[in-house]
Amino acid sequence: MLEVRDLSIDYLSNGEPLHAVENVSFKLERGRSLALVGESGCGKTTTMLSLLRLLPAEGRIVSGQILYDGVDLLQLSEREMRRYRWNGIAIVFQGAMNALNPVRKIGDQIAEAVQLHDRLDNREARQRVGELMEMVGIAPERARQYPHQFSGGMRQRAMIAMSLACNPDILIADEPTTALDVMIQAQILDLLQKLQSQLGLSIVLVTHDLGVVAELCDDVLVMYAGKVAEYGDVDTIFNNPAHPYTRRLLEAFPDVDSPTSTLASIPGYPPPLDKLPVGCRFEPRCYRKSELCAAVSPDVLEIKPRHFVACHHAED
Amino acid sequence: MKQFKLFWHKPGGVIGAVMLLVVLFAAIFAPWISPYDPYERVQVEADDILAPPDSEHLLGRDDAGKDVWSQLIHGARVSLLVGFTASFVSMFIGTTVGLIAGYFGGKLDNFLMRIVDFLLVIPDLPLALVIIAVWGRGLWKVILVISLLGWTYTARLVRSQTLSIKERQFILRARAIGANHRRIIINHVLPMVLPLIMAQAVLDISASILAEASLSFLGLGDPTLITWGNMLNFAFERAVSRQAWWFLLPPGFAILWVTLALILIGTSLEEIVNPRIKSHHLFNASRMVSLILPVPPSAEAVKEEP
Repeated sequence: MLEVRDLSIDYLSNGEPLHAVENVSFKLERGRSLALVGESGCGKTTTMLSLLRLLPAEGRIVSGQILYDGVDLLQLSEREMRRYRWNGIAIVFQGAMNALNPVRKIGDQIAEAVQLHDRLDNREARQRVGELMEMVGIAPERARQYPHQFSGGMRQRAMIAMSLACNPDILIADEPTTALDVMIQAQILDLLQKLQSQLGLSIVLVTHDLGVVAELCDDVLVMYAGKVAEYGDVDTIFNNPAHPYTRRLLEAFPDVDSPTSTLASIPGYPPPLDKLPVGCRFEPRCYRKSELCAAVSPDVLEIKPRHFVACHHAED
Repeated sequence: MKQFKLFWHKPGGVIGAVMLLVVLFAAIFAPWISPYDPYERVQVEADDILAPPDSEHLLGRDDAGKDVWSQLIHGARVSLLVGFTASFVSMFIGTTVGLIAGYFGGKLDNFLMRIVDFLLVIPDLPLALVIIAVWGRGLWKVILVISLLGWTYTARLVRSQTLSIKERQFILRARAIGANHRRIIINHVLPMVLPLIMAQAVLDISASILAEASLSFLGLGDPTLITWGNMLNFAFERAVSRQAWWFLLPPGFAILWVTLALILIGTSLEEIVNPRIKSHHLFNASRMVSLILPVPPSAEAVKEEP
């Protein structure tokens, strides 16, 4: 249903292109959910925004294809693209407070999407807003309130309600639970899971939280410094990770079975975009690096069916 | 818009509002409350010319023997009409230009802002004189000139706000929904700048009234209308030499009255919209954690120390 092929995105900084995302490919099938994990600044949000063609002015999609039901979104005119936004692909941004206009009523903001695409009149739109709000567990009367009268969790629910307004096929959830406390996080994730099975949504979940990934997702795409590190289904990634970065990432996550063991951390930082290493981008921080790693950037290879890894030592 | 309820807690604003209401009342009901019709031809005798105030003519008579008080009341109509219309037009132009320049940015922004700079650099009054000299005189031409020269500040104000609003995430969200630029500007950016525009508009009315008075005083207004500026013009030319203060002072005070009213309202609204104007943490030296110059200890604090 959604297939991204060799997507590369540059950011222009003082006229110099910085390669924020390089050769990212993945596939999302109907009703399935994909997790996009990786450290901050590794291109997760950039990749997601490019699916909607909403990159900031400095961003350029330099190559690749984004196929949505066979249509390459990158070839559409801006006017045609607008029809795919929200109807086909909707997005829940991180931090719902910022994604809601503080001076407009919640209901009006949800209605905006409905009115834009489905050309409903005011009464129908209000009714739809009521349904949507009930779907996410907010009393429909609260449509008349402003964002500041909502709690953090409610705002995120309202955002989810808004994202469902036009019955999208794909829902991008960009760190939907950041800045929420653990209980509310669980509620929001339950809600997403419920809605997914109810509506047959495909979800792309951008997150740092590997626990959430294991719980909610079918496939996992691990990104590192703008490139795919490892891509496969959730069982493979969690039980047989092949990329050293994925392994380290999993070790850095607490395990309920052995709560006393010390957490591992990955020394160092992701490379800055203007000083990317020539070879493998993880090489400076890798525990298995060799001379080959420093010289040649590894290609993404399918080491087992539907298990893609970009590492020279994946087979070891 | 709830915040504007605060307006009634601001003494300055309330006084201004009452002052403005008095003028509005005079303007609306001028034909009924003025004792004489100032547009009527009158037969005058020598004694009536510039007659000082008496019980029949509260503010005396002008050089044509007409009642000054009645003229003053009728003058309010023109002043307010010019003030409100011109500022409405200039607010409209300024807001539109500001929104477009700020939202789209780039070359368009540059182009529009250079026009603004151009108009800001040339002093308004000489430019207005030239335009009116070319176009000819008339009430609507005066209104047009004032609004064409008065929108620049609003444009800058709105542009700077728009620049910061357009980077906020709900704008990105609106685009993700599939909204086009026009819709985003009207539904998402405009409501954010509206309170600011409203406060600015009130201040702009007073500027427009002053501009009209200046133009009329210089003899560029509509000479067939009774306006405060025209009264000043005539009084200055014909009455001052004969010490007829009752013809010169009232229109001056009327202009002062209405501008003061509007400025009181405008600044109160501004304080509501932007509370930092009134008290900024940097203005309150005693509450500052660090200052470049240390605050001298108060007399009591010095005494307490052994």
